[in-house]
Amino acid sequence: MNELLKQLTEAVGVSGEEKEVRLLIRDLIRDYVDDWWVDTMGNLLAIKKGAGVLNWRVMVDAHIDEVGLMVTEIDSNGTLKFDPVGTIDDRTLLGKVVQVGPKKLTGVIGARPIHLLKSNQRHSVVKAEDMRIDIGAKNKEAAGRQVKIGDRAAFVTEYEEIGYTAVGKAFDNRAGCAALVELLRGEPYPFDLCAAFTVQEEVGLRGARVASYALRPDVALVLECTPAYDLPNERDVSPNVALGRGPSIYVMDSQTIQDPRLVAHITRTAASHNIPYQIRQPGGGGTNTGAIQRAQAGLPAATIAVPGRYAHTPTIMINLDDYANVVKLAGVVLRELTPEILMRNA
Amino acid sequence: MNELIRKLVEAYGPSGFEDGVRELIRAEIAPYFNEIRVDAMGNLIAHRPPDADGPGLKVLVAAHTDEIGVMVTHVTEKGFLRFTNIGGVFPHNLSGSRVQFADGTIGVIYWERLDDHTKVHPLSKHYIDVGATSRQDCPIGVGSAAGFTRSFVAQGRRLTAKSMDDRIGCVVMIEALKRLTSSPHDLYFVFSVQEEVGTRGAEVVANALTPDVGIAVDITPTGDMPEAPTLAVGLGQGTAIKVKDSGMIAHAGLVRLMRQRAEEAGIPYQMEVLERGSTDARSMQIAGPGCAAGCISVPCRYAHSTSETVDSEDVEASIRLLVEMVSRPIQL
Repeated sequence: MNELLKQLTEAVGVSGEEKEVRLLIRDLIRDYVDDWWVDTMGNLLAIKKGAGVLNWRVMVDAHIDEVGLMVTEIDSNGTLKFDPVGTIDDRTLLGKVVQVGPKKLTGVIGARPIHLLKSNQRHSVVKAEDMRIDIGAKNKEAAGRQVKIGDRAAFVTEYEEIGYTAVGKAFDNRAGCAALVELLRGEPYPFDLCAAFTVQEEVGLRGARVASYALRPDVALVLECTPAYDLPNERDVSPNVALGRGPSIYVMDSQTIQDPRLVAHITRTAASHNIPYQIRQPGGGGTNTGAIQRAQAGLPAATIAVPGRYAHTPTIMINLDDYANVVKLAGVVLRELTPEILMRNA
Repeated sequence: MNELIRKLVEAYGPSGFEDGVRELIRAEIAPYFNEIRVDAMGNLIAHRPPDADGPGLKVLVAAHTDEIGVMVTHVTEKGFLRFTNIGGVFPHNLSGSRVQFADGTIGVIYWERLDDHTKVHPLSKHYIDVGATSRQDCPIGVGSAAGFTRSFVAQGRRLTAKSMDDRIGCVVMIEALKRLTSSPHDLYFVFSVQEEVGTRGAEVVANALTPDVGIAVDITPTGDMPEAPTLAVGLGQGTAIKVKDSGMIAHAGLVRLMRQRAEEAGIPYQMEVLERGSTDARSMQIAGPGCAAGCISVPCRYAHSTSETVDSEDVEASIRLLVEMVSRPIQL
């Protein structure tokens, strides 16, 4: 059992309320870094001093927040109205268990039982605004004693391994966090490694933006969990990335065109170390690279991700070999990173 | 000038992959600057300190080097390529057009079987054929970028090519440089990257330089074709002074000054209000502490197609206005 992944995915940290995850990571890394601090927005930033080979600062980012819900209103019957925090497909919410507020009260996103559905209701999608979280309170007053408007609700999925597959919540992006923790536990790098465990990625890359101003790196690497859609498809356009085919490398998404020099370094390094990799299908989505690349005078930045099925739902599935290969690949990519890689030929 | 235009518009440079265009431009401008550098994102930044008769302002002038294009998302078993857009690619311009990859490979774009010819079909219904017969023998992989290809044509005053957006802006800047005898300003001439995917290059340049004034040189669509969208800008009617587009309201003082300089020098001009679309100036205006931003536009028909058409007299007027703007004092 990968205890690191278990601890990190089971911790709760819906965007803007990441303290539990931050404290956990702080304790996981404090013996392996030279300095750490928490900034105004709640980013956990840490410096692992280099071996002095290169006078360089390399930022490695992993966001610590996860998508979830926020209580917006308590109904007269004691059920809770909510808004999504981050992007969530309404269709994945009905009937799910959530943990509400700092007390982690168990709540159920209620659904009308199938016995009582009319035939047209069976074929329609219920909108999140028409759903409620039921915490079993008998009325508004009773619910108000347990829950406050603004409380977050998080998904509840216990970490589990089925052979080489792991199932849990919040692999997006605790898989990236776990990989960064492992990287920090290694020997010093040739340069100062600036670790950024950032907040509020799911609501607009907000934490990474300020972190990249504060850390003033020369180059940045973002560790992520990217949605995999590799189920059978009749048309010849899939998969975007597939579980078990290795770390996925970003080239272009809705926010960035990744630095081609870094992308070439990553794929070359993977090939020379016999680490499998796949190019993530260019297109939608976005990672903290979007904020980091455009901070200050611009920064060379790229992304390596663990493919995860069913992203932004209560349950994500990853392949543990992919995860291990992301740790391995990110490690060698960093250790073999030199300023020459970023030199332009003219 | 047509040879310079030909060289630049026919070069390969989809957003994010502008290296070739940058090197062509660097060779052109090298004699005019002591200080030329390339930043992390690939913007080419050329600095010209003020002449003795300063003091002037810090002025950033930018035209973008990138062009729209496509990127491969999937290679089919039979070696055809599926793709996504880089920037604003219109599906109705695609069928039968050709693209070129960085390694020179040419691809033909065509559509799947169409059940309804009266509808415009999305990018996902198109594919690229590079002559491969299987995934194994296909020279192109997922993540490869391609630009459209089309040769440059000059027909009287009318110049037609792919990537007039915005290589013609680059040409305006290069020609202005050649004619510039003196300037009171601390001038930064920037040939920016990744404009077509969200004015990203200009954003980091403006962050780093914190200019007082930012001027983009870009193209703007015209409204003078049959049943065209209502736009007051016409081809051959002069350079266009931007007042507003969907990303920016130009600095009123700068607009007034552009107009005044055009009047004084007898440069034909027209006022531009663009309802959809924007330029690097929108990023400059709000980057860092912000700056007074405006845009000199070259009117251009058929933007984002392989037959973007400009008028050489409008190009000339744009060059003259840019020279007037940067060689004389700017009071806002």
